[in-house]
Formats: sequence, structure tokens, C-alpha cells
Amino acid sequence: MAILKMNENTPLEFGLYSLGDHLLNPHNGEKVSYEQRIQELIEASQLAEQAGIDVFGVGESHQEHFTTQAHTVVLGAIAQATNKIKISSSSSIISAADPVRIFEDFATLDLISHGRAEIVAGRASRTGLFDLFGLDLNNYDELYEEKLNLLLELNKTDKITWSGKFRPDLNNMKIFPRPIDDEIPIWRAVGGPVASAIKAGRQGIPMMITTLGGPAMTFKDSIDEYRLTAKEHGFDTSAQSLPVSTASLFYTAETTQLALKEYYPHLNVGMSFIRGTGYPKQQFANAPDYRDALMVGSPQQIIEKILYQHELYNHQRFMAQIDFGGVPFDKIMKNIELIGNEIIPGVKKHLNK
Amino acid sequence: MNVVLLSGSTVGSKTSTAMKYLNEAITNQDDTLNIQLFDLKNLELSFSDGRNYLDYSGDTLELTTALMQADIIFIGFPIFQASIPGTLKNVFDLLPVNAFRDKVVGVIATAGSAKHYLIAETQLKPILSYMKAHVMQTYVFIEERDFSNGTIVNDDIIFRINELATSTLRISKLYNQLLEEENDQYDF
Repeated sequence: MAILKMNENTPLEFGLYSLGDHLLNPHNGEKVSYEQRIQELIEASQLAEQAGIDVFGVGESHQEHFTTQAHTVVLGAIAQATNKIKISSSSSIISAADPVRIFEDFATLDLISHGRAEIVAGRASRTGLFDLFGLDLNNYDELYEEKLNLLLELNKTDKITWSGKFRPDLNNMKIFPRPIDDEIPIWRAVGGPVASAIKAGRQGIPMMITTLGGPAMTFKDSIDEYRLTAKEHGFDTSAQSLPVSTASLFYTAETTQLALKEYYPHLNVGMSFIRGTGYPKQQFANAPDYRDALMVGSPQQIIEKILYQHELYNHQRFMAQIDFGGVPFDKIMKNIELIGNEIIPGVKKHLNK
Repeated sequence: MNVVLLSGSTVGSKTSTAMKYLNEAITNQDDTLNIQLFDLKNLELSFSDGRNYLDYSGDTLELTTALMQADIIFIGFPIFQASIPGTLKNVFDLLPVNAFRDKVVGVIATAGSAKHYLIAETQLKPILSYMKAHVMQTYVFIEERDFSNGTIVNDDIIFRINELATSTLRISKLYNQLLEEENDQYDF
């Protein structure tokens, strides 16, 4: 999207994202083909655009139970299938890739989409790709920091001279093509620990933080520290310059009871597949409480949660993962419909007061 | 019901011997249990490097998966330098946080000296509690002199091992009944 430009018509952008997970639907034990899964993602992006959703993100994982390793290819198809929606990674695992190549890919995506591309730079919460690409997990942090810094440099300068540990030197090199406006928004993906948020603040780049579950309040520390650190390092922490995005698991249905009932098997079985531990019912039972971060409930319930979180975080974007654990496409369509018809207008009405 | 017995040492024989007695005690009480016995002596484990346990392979994946799927775990260990063996700590480090949630854990400690009696209490139990295990309060502590030629020669120890098996199975059964009742009350 060329230079980072947040939607001026709302204090809180609404986005969807997918990890491209490829899991069976626990309600019927069926698993769609790779082809269908990817086609449905592209279709979901079109529906999201029609519903007035601001952003659509696709991530990469490089191991069993995932389809969108070539997430930039999928994003290219989405760019072509849509007109207005911002196109983002969610996230790009830059530790395992060459930042030059990432920049080339996203610059191209930016041109295909007429300035709608964004990068969310992640460190990998799943580590399958370390084995696949022959990387040493002991360099987990170092790889990420070095490559993110190079990516940020590439975004800033036309001609680059750089040397580091994990990639050959660059000597007065130019990267082609350049994105529209010569630069691309780059967000830092941040997980649980506050240290990671502080690093994003030190770098002075936008932050996307996962708020997967538990009390919403626990994530406030990271967000406050992020802004404080950015300010201490002389960056402009205004909403336009350093926006904060949250990212949550999400499921809505007409009633909270129905949402809980439909979604629990997806979450529980999905988590067992990718993490090896299910989701305890006792913990899930907290979802209807507005103070719990897990975004599961009726549209009204979700609105209440988003507004409460906005009070806590004052964030500028909320990203919803609506397809985790084999949620079938008819339910994904239903989620998008409820988001577009009820949740986005409801949130806007309250925040624009 | 899945039961895992983990003999937590790569050297010596006392812990392995005690776990064999325990295995027999459990089997005698309930032959419908799915019991797996792992002895660190016979396994080639990776050092934990922070990845999810599912991303390991070989023995490491086999052991961690068995532990994650267990309802009941028995851990036997000798005392090294006033604590648990590093190889056993590595097993814990391979697992995710909350790995022992909803699991009941029984403990057997073997030692060269009675002075080590509280090591299980001060060194092992805090780790198990942190990992959310329901730890059996009473553990079996076995000294060098209770063994001879790969057998346990102190009758009191044999009774204690049997009692550990009985009480752990009982608590696990009770716990699972309560958990099931609680889960049934949810509408999802």
C-alpha cells in the first residue's frame, strides 16, 4: 500500500487473516483438498472486500497441516481478485527467507494491487521451516533481527550497502522493482513476551500483536511498553505513524451459545493437531466474558469485546482469524456477513461518537 | 487410560528396578490400562531447543507424545548433586507449559543416602506443580540398601510401591470423573 495509510473513516480498521491451516472439520471429520482450501481463501478475500473489511492477510508455516507456504503467490491471486482491500502477510517468516527476495515479492504485490501491499514480519511460532531450509534453531533470534533490519533498510534506501552474518554482502546494490511511493509498510509481528514489543518500539515500526486468549488486560503492558519505548527513541507515536494491530482467533454466530457450540470443536481439535494440546473447556467457558480476549460470541458480544479492548489498547487495527481448525466455507461466509452487517457498523457507531 | 512410567536416569540400575516393580503393581491392579515404560537409558533424546514437541523426531517425539497423551505418569529418578538428573530435567524442558494439566503424577526417588529424602519435595515437585500436574503427596523413597542384585529386598518398599500404584490410580479415576462431570455441564 505504498506509504502506510490507515483508513481515515474509522478509528479501528477491521481485518481478516488466515494461516492457511489445512485441518479436518471436526464436525464431520472431512478435510477439503489443498486446491479447494486455497480457492476458498481467495474467494473469502473477495467477500471480505464486499463486506467493507479493510485488510486481508495470509501467513506461511512450512509444515504439515498448512497450505499457504507460498503466501505471496496466494496474495498475488488475491490482489488480482480484489480492488480495495489491503493485502498483508500474517505473517512472513523473514528468519527463513532472503529479505531481498521478500522485498522484491512484496514490491511486485504492491504494483499488482496498485499500492495495497503490506508486510508483517514474523519470527515463526512454528519451527518446521528451520529444518526444511537447513537453519539452526539456535539462531532463532539472531536470524530474525538481522533479516528484519535488512528488510527495513531495503525499504528506506534506493541503493544498499550492507553486510551481515546470514546473507552475502550487498555492495551498492539496487533492488527492482520499487513499490509505489518507493516504500511498503512493514509491521513487526509480536507474540506474548513484552520484550518483543519493546524491540518493535525501539525500531519505531508498527506492531501487530497476537491476543489469542486469556484476560485482554494482560496484553496492555506490551502495547504500553511499545509506545513508551518508541517515544523514548524519538519516534512519532501517533496513530497514523505507529499504529498497533491486534490479532485474535475469531468466531461469531447469531447467538453466543451457538458460536461457542459451533466453534469449540474447531479450536480444541485444531490446537491438538498443531500444538499437541487441546483447548480446555474451562478456559473456553470464559469466552462470553467481555474481559476475555478470545473473540468468540454473538455479534453484540464481539462488539463489546472490541470496544473494551479499544479502551485498553487504543489500537488502530483488529485482525480476526476466522478459519482456524477446519471451519467450513459456509460458516466463513456467515462470519464475514455478520462482521460486515453488524460488527463493523456497531464498532464504528460507538467509536465515532 | 494411558499410563506412562518414566525411569529418569541414563546411569545406574536402582531406578529402573523400582520402575519394573511399579509396572507389575499397576498391571496387577488393572489389566485394562495402556501402560508404556520408558527408560532414559535406552533412549536417544535431543536437548530441548525451544521448538514445539511435535517438531522433534525419533525417540524424543515418541517419549514426549506418550507423556502428553498420558492420563497418569509415574516418574522415577535417582538423586544427582542434590537434585534430579539433568537428563530428566531435559524431558520437562522438551514439553510445553501446562503439559501436565489434568494428569496425575506419582513419584519414586532412589538415593544412596537417607539425607536426600526431601529432594523430591524440594526439587521435583515444584517443577511438576508448575507444569500443572496433580502430584501425589506421598512418594516412595528407596535407598541403596533396599536393593540387591536387581531386586528390592525391603518388604516395606514393596508395600509402599503397591500403595503408590493404588492411590495414584484411585485419584486419577476420581479426578477424571469430576472432570467429565464438569465438562458435561458445558453446552459446547
